[in-house]
Amino acid sequence: MTLDRVVLQVEDLRTSFFTDEGELRAVDGAGFTVRAGRTLAVVGESGCGKSVTAHSILRLVNRPGRIVGGRALLHPDGEEALDLLALPDNSPQLYRARGGLAAMIFQEPQAALSPVHTIGNQVCEAILLHQRVTRHEAEARALEMLQKVGIREPQARLQQYPHELSGGMRQRVVIAMALVCRPLLLIADEPTTALDVTLQAQVLELLKQLQAELGTAIMLITHDLAVVAQVADEVVVMYLGRIVERAPVRALMAQPRHPYTQGLLASRPALRGPRVKRLPSIEGGVPALSAIPPGCPFHPRCPHARPGVCDQGPPPPLRTLAEGHDVACLRAEEIVHVQP
Amino acid sequence: MSSPSPSPQAHLPDDVILSVQRLCKHYPIVTRGFTSRQTGLVKACDDISFDLKRGETLGVVGESGSGKTTLGRVILRATRPTSGHALFAHRASREGREPPVDLATLPDAALKALRPEMQMIFQDPFGSLNPRMTVQQIVAEPLVIHRMESGSALEDRVMQMLKRVGIRPEYRTRYPHAFSGGQRQRIGIARALVMRPSLVVADEAVSALDVSVQAQVVNLLAELQEEFGLTYLFVAHDLSIVRHLCSRVAVMLQGRVVELEDTDRLFESPGHEYTRQLLAAVPDASSYR
Amino acid sequence: MSSSINDGALSQWQLIQRRFRRHKLAVGSLFVLGFLYLLGLLAEFVAPYEPDQRHVAYPYAPPQALRLSIEHGLHARALVPHTDPVTFRKSYTESATPVQLAFFAKGEPARLLGVLPIERRLLGIDRTRTTAQEPTFFLLGADKYGRDIFSRAVHGARVSLSVGLVGIVLTFVLGMVIGGVSGYVGGRTDNLIQRGIEILQAFPQLPLWIALAAVLPGDWSALKVYFAITLLLGLLNWTGLARVVRGKILALREEDYAVAARLLGAGHARVLFRHLMPGFISHIIVALTLSVPGMILGETALSFLGLGLRPPIVSWGVMLQDCLDVKAVSFYPWLLMPVGFIVSVVLCFNFLGDGLRDAADPYGN
Repeated sequence: MTLDRVVLQVEDLRTSFFTDEGELRAVDGAGFTVRAGRTLAVVGESGCGKSVTAHSILRLVNRPGRIVGGRALLHPDGEEALDLLALPDNSPQLYRARGGLAAMIFQEPQAALSPVHTIGNQVCEAILLHQRVTRHEAEARALEMLQKVGIREPQARLQQYPHELSGGMRQRVVIAMALVCRPLLLIADEPTTALDVTLQAQVLELLKQLQAELGTAIMLITHDLAVVAQVADEVVVMYLGRIVERAPVRALMAQPRHPYTQGLLASRPALRGPRVKRLPSIEGGVPALSAIPPGCPFHPRCPHARPGVCDQGPPPPLRTLAEGHDVACLRAEEIVHVQP
Repeated sequence: MSSPSPSPQAHLPDDVILSVQRLCKHYPIVTRGFTSRQTGLVKACDDISFDLKRGETLGVVGESGSGKTTLGRVILRATRPTSGHALFAHRASREGREPPVDLATLPDAALKALRPEMQMIFQDPFGSLNPRMTVQQIVAEPLVIHRMESGSALEDRVMQMLKRVGIRPEYRTRYPHAFSGGQRQRIGIARALVMRPSLVVADEAVSALDVSVQAQVVNLLAELQEEFGLTYLFVAHDLSIVRHLCSRVAVMLQGRVVELEDTDRLFESPGHEYTRQLLAAVPDASSYR
Repeated sequence: MSSSINDGALSQWQLIQRRFRRHKLAVGSLFVLGFLYLLGLLAEFVAPYEPDQRHVAYPYAPPQALRLSIEHGLHARALVPHTDPVTFRKSYTESATPVQLAFFAKGEPARLLGVLPIERRLLGIDRTRTTAQEPTFFLLGADKYGRDIFSRAVHGARVSLSVGLVGIVLTFVLGMVIGGVSGYVGGRTDNLIQRGIEILQAFPQLPLWIALAAVLPGDWSALKVYFAITLLLGLLNWTGLARVVRGKILALREEDYAVAARLLGAGHARVLFRHLMPGFISHIIVALTLSVPGMILGETALSFLGLGLRPPIVSWGVMLQDCLDVKAVSFYPWLLMPVGFIVSVVLCFNFLGDGLRDAADPYGN
């Protein structure tokens, strides 16, 4: 697989939830690309729409939510591009894509594993659903994969049940299940949030390793900017369903251009360097989806908001400021930001 | 329950508000069935000793299963310790009227009188507030239980406290589900501090909050500490927050304290191998700056 | 501020009510039940006849349809009895003679609920205008003794429906106390109580009821028997509720807000009543609502078998005793009318309980 090749191209994705309060635009026009062998991090706080975005790509959004627009183009090697959002429900192509071309891992490994089936059973199921091999063959591949994810004594583990494994091992099994069919794309929805910090480091290291080996494109959903700094190549920051900044990781960390990103980075206390008395913080709280402010949705909390400009009209579009660095801010050029 | 450990030291130095001495919390593992038999022991907290100085913020860090949450709960007597002592310099002892009390062995009836002086802030903003009580009722409850205020004086005090933590007083008639996670956490803080305790255990108080809200609540906790003269026992797993807020840090592993050190020294040159592992594992965003 | 501003001011109860109103079936059932209970309450007023008023000339009379015409207004056609000379079977034909009906017609003097004297009936025969001899109006037909089934059903409603409610009180008290102690105290007490409940639940319910009912002395007054039956039903029904209560308390006891209350210095009573109980009171209401049909059916079964309520008390179960005669039922199917009432009531309670259960989940979306 050629590195840097575009594997997933999301254009103008829009997903809404239709509730008593009206249409809640959980994702309102998200667009980004994920490349082979590279990791795209989607960052944001609760309610920003990052999880909904991930679920939308794999068509896992249930009532009262519905994908109302956009395209999610998957580019399998040597094949025609596939728009995941246009595939009919329950079609064989969708089933082939899910798990075969694009896999997903979630936050809680317990919830992803069936408590009444053995590990071997579950990993083999992942293989047999997508590849025409014998049971024997499948077991061999399962064994190989478990070894690759760093599980010791994989032969013994095949017969064990999830509750006999530790949390860290369970997450490794889940990763094994996701990658055993060599998918083009792996979507990881907060895979380390529920893990202890030492386990988190191991799992992230493992993902990077497997990515290097298999050339998988990874889309990582997280709220932790430190994790992003560690593993991501490119970053997309979301707020209230819209992308507010999109940049390579170095550029974003060193020179965030959107006030929200700046605020997020500043509010994390550093592990090294001088200690501050008061943590810089973003004023106010995230508004509900049913009460999105007019104009730039961030303006009530933005220290640089200018009345008459930022509080009126449509939300600012995402525009390119520098090479590969896109920002949705009307005043981005004027704002001078000093890292605290 | 008798403690086999020697009797506690009876006097506390002036600057110590809590002295934990060989505190243990063991859970027996029993077989289920008609008759139960003990087959093992889980040492959630094992032989913990440290002194908490008045006005300081002591961080207690560790991973899941380290016993840090149990430690906080045992100190506040949410559950009884198996053995050991926790000498608390309560108001009466500070004023010289009584010797310090041993929280570990204090009978339940006497505990109630001490409650106004030691409180806890919980982790889960969604589970720590009774969903069927209004904010007013939640924050007023401690004052009502201990008959500290009534009538309009009660309402005033509640409103004052809410304003102090950043909740608009006119929202006090609403129910918790109307507020965001950060706001609920503030209400929980108001409830814990309305009686002006001297010792506060913050049990992962900001762990369940969004990053931007965490900063706000951390700042609030720091301000309130200065204003009310609080001593914090800050239980957490997030090392960067602990570094920011705490003056000393205790590292726990499998029920024991493996290192207890000044914050700066701990982060710069950690003594114990486990502390080093912990610090190495933390992802750091500042590496790009 | 998350969620709409109005939502925040609503208490749990108001939210529950809102969610409940969305369940059309449950709301409908509530109205139907309310209507039936009202009928039962005002039985003396609603029923055209006394429940034990016999019309010897009209055994097994068929239902008379309500008719409306310009000439006669609201009326029914008079019945003319015939006797088959060979089989001695009674049959009836409707003559053209109208039986005038009127709302608030004068009837026999009676006492509403045994207290308030009334003379008028909701719907009855207007004797001032009726020309037929011995006019009868059987809306749902008559039984073996010519007693109006509709009147008996309405009076029966009062008894059958109230048995459920009175029994509930006992179930509630026992269930809450025993379940509460079991869940809150825990440990060995809990173990003991739960095993006891399991033993009780292992007994087949109907035979147990029958055994206990059969022990009731035959010379007891009707009212005494009534209360004894409700007592019995309630006494054996509390185990289900006790389990629900215990389960809820065990779950809620470890919730952070309950721990917080203890740490604030709240005593056990306060924690239990102020913090834990409101958390499951809605579940209790659901459990109770769903156990009412069980008790109504229990009373019906007992009375049907002759072991429960006895004449002169009328209940739907007592009325069903007449249905034991299969031949009569096949010729005169309107004897089965009480079954329609019972089925409706049981269904309504079940729908209501379902609606309440769905509405009661505080964090359900």
